[in-house]
Amino acid sequence: MFGSLWNSMPGAVELGLLYALMALGVYITFRILDFPDLTVDGSFTTGGAIAAVMITAGYSPWLATAAAFAGGLAAGALTGLLHAKGKINGLLSGILMMIALYSINLRILGRPNVSLLGAETIFPPVGRDQKWLLLLVIAVVIVVIKLLLDAFLKTDLGLALRATGDNAKMIGSFGANTDTTKIIGVSLSNGFVALSGALIAQQGGFADISMGVGMIVIGLASVIIGEALFGAKTVFRATLAVVLGSIVYRIVVALALRVDWLESSDVKLITALIVIIALVVPTTSRSWTMRKLAHKRSRELAGSEAGR
Amino acid sequence: MLRLTNIYKLFNPGTVDEKTALASINLQLNPGDFVTVIGSNGAGKSTLMNVISGAIQPDMGEVVIDGRDVTRMPEFQRSAYIGRVFQDPMAGTAPRMTIEENLAMAYKRGQSRGLRIGVTRRKRDMFREQLSRLGIGLENRLRAKVGLLSGGERQALSLLMATFTNPRILLLDEHTAALDPARADLITRLTETIVREQRLTTLMVTHNMEQAIRLGNRLIMMDKGRIILDIDPEKKKTLTVERLLGEFEQISGHKLSDDRIVLG
Repeated sequence: MFGSLWNSMPGAVELGLLYALMALGVYITFRILDFPDLTVDGSFTTGGAIAAVMITAGYSPWLATAAAFAGGLAAGALTGLLHAKGKINGLLSGILMMIALYSINLRILGRPNVSLLGAETIFPPVGRDQKWLLLLVIAVVIVVIKLLLDAFLKTDLGLALRATGDNAKMIGSFGANTDTTKIIGVSLSNGFVALSGALIAQQGGFADISMGVGMIVIGLASVIIGEALFGAKTVFRATLAVVLGSIVYRIVVALALRVDWLESSDVKLITALIVIIALVVPTTSRSWTMRKLAHKRSRELAGSEAGR
Repeated sequence: MLRLTNIYKLFNPGTVDEKTALASINLQLNPGDFVTVIGSNGAGKSTLMNVISGAIQPDMGEVVIDGRDVTRMPEFQRSAYIGRVFQDPMAGTAPRMTIEENLAMAYKRGQSRGLRIGVTRRKRDMFREQLSRLGIGLENRLRAKVGLLSGGERQALSLLMATFTNPRILLLDEHTAALDPARADLITRLTETIVREQRLTTLMVTHNMEQAIRLGNRLIMMDKGRIILDIDPEKKKTLTVERLLGEFEQISGHKLSDDRIVLG
């Protein structure tokens, strides 16, 4: 039992690292821009579809991955435009784009799923003994991408982007066009998500029309778990927490799947439960602590008055 | 420096709630002018500020800043010329970002924002020097989140952010009204020093009569969307609160009514 559990760990960590890019995308919209963007469910599949179709057509897997990133940027930019210029509610802009992408993704794929079996991907075929080495390389690449994102968020444009989610009126009064920063932010976010989709398709050996379903919730779970476990005081810490949160999420899922009476199709239910618990517990426990503290202070005040 | 010509602004036009927020406003600010603005509730003071900043567009008339017609220019572009401090101390800063990051954003006023690092060592030194002008110790807390500061500290930071790039026009919209008397006093003193040292062309709305008289070289009084009195520098030197209130009643035909008014 424990032996096989241990054996499943490298796989869980690898998935966690690949999905971490998607979680970073969700972090950009959900936390930085304060914009709940549901495009994610569609753009993740878009990334996987573009990569799979280009690879089976004989293009270089690296070019295919880059094209997937670009596809995500475009999808996100459209959502941003709908919201910022079309003045459509943020949640609805994302839903509209997600639905539109379903059709677009089917057009890209040409059929509900495309197999990459036997095709050359960016992941070299490795033996058992090299698995850890590959994992290490993936980890380094993901950390480099995380550091690039950190650096971007410290540039003048990155600061304006963060301020757009923090105090849009303020950054507007200093001459930044908040429509533009929103569009850039949502675009970049979906670029990350599509990139993650392209990596997952290549790692799993197929792209499927429904591979993105529930992705937004998994992204949220990663962000929230990461913040709760590792803190988010600075940008550096926050993005690190998101990457680690994504890994922890995959480990939790791997453990849950070992419970006999759970089916693998229950994963989405478990994910939703994780997010609900992570959202409800902190607020409830905070108000509980506050109430207890207020009660204690009142008793102290009452006591000191009675003693007078 | 700033010229408003025949500005009109209606709210809810054509309905039973139609309200004339601004009517035939003509105002000229010369370089270095520091004009205080007083008036009753709903006199149009905030609307006037918003028309100048570009937050709302006038229905008629034109706004000219430094010889350039900016009437149709959106707020974010116009803010290249205008520094603004709001009444709410929370409004002028980004709480989840650090003091130095906030200053770096203000430093880029009106310039394009690219992929260069926002807070460089050189800028940090400059920020430290600027913050020390405030005299409240913020220069030692460059990496503190702005959300951790008190209302007074945040308003002092907002004031610095609005002014340290020497905007053509400085708009102060009751920026001391939400603070306790001690903090309000601090912000007023800082405002006075900064405006004098940098010779900023300033328009300041206030509910404090004494402040309106003591600060600046000109005073305008608004009522029902119009400028009913424009007191020039010569006359302002001898002005008192009593004479100002008397003057208001005489011209407008009613008492200056404002639940928040402070006589000073």
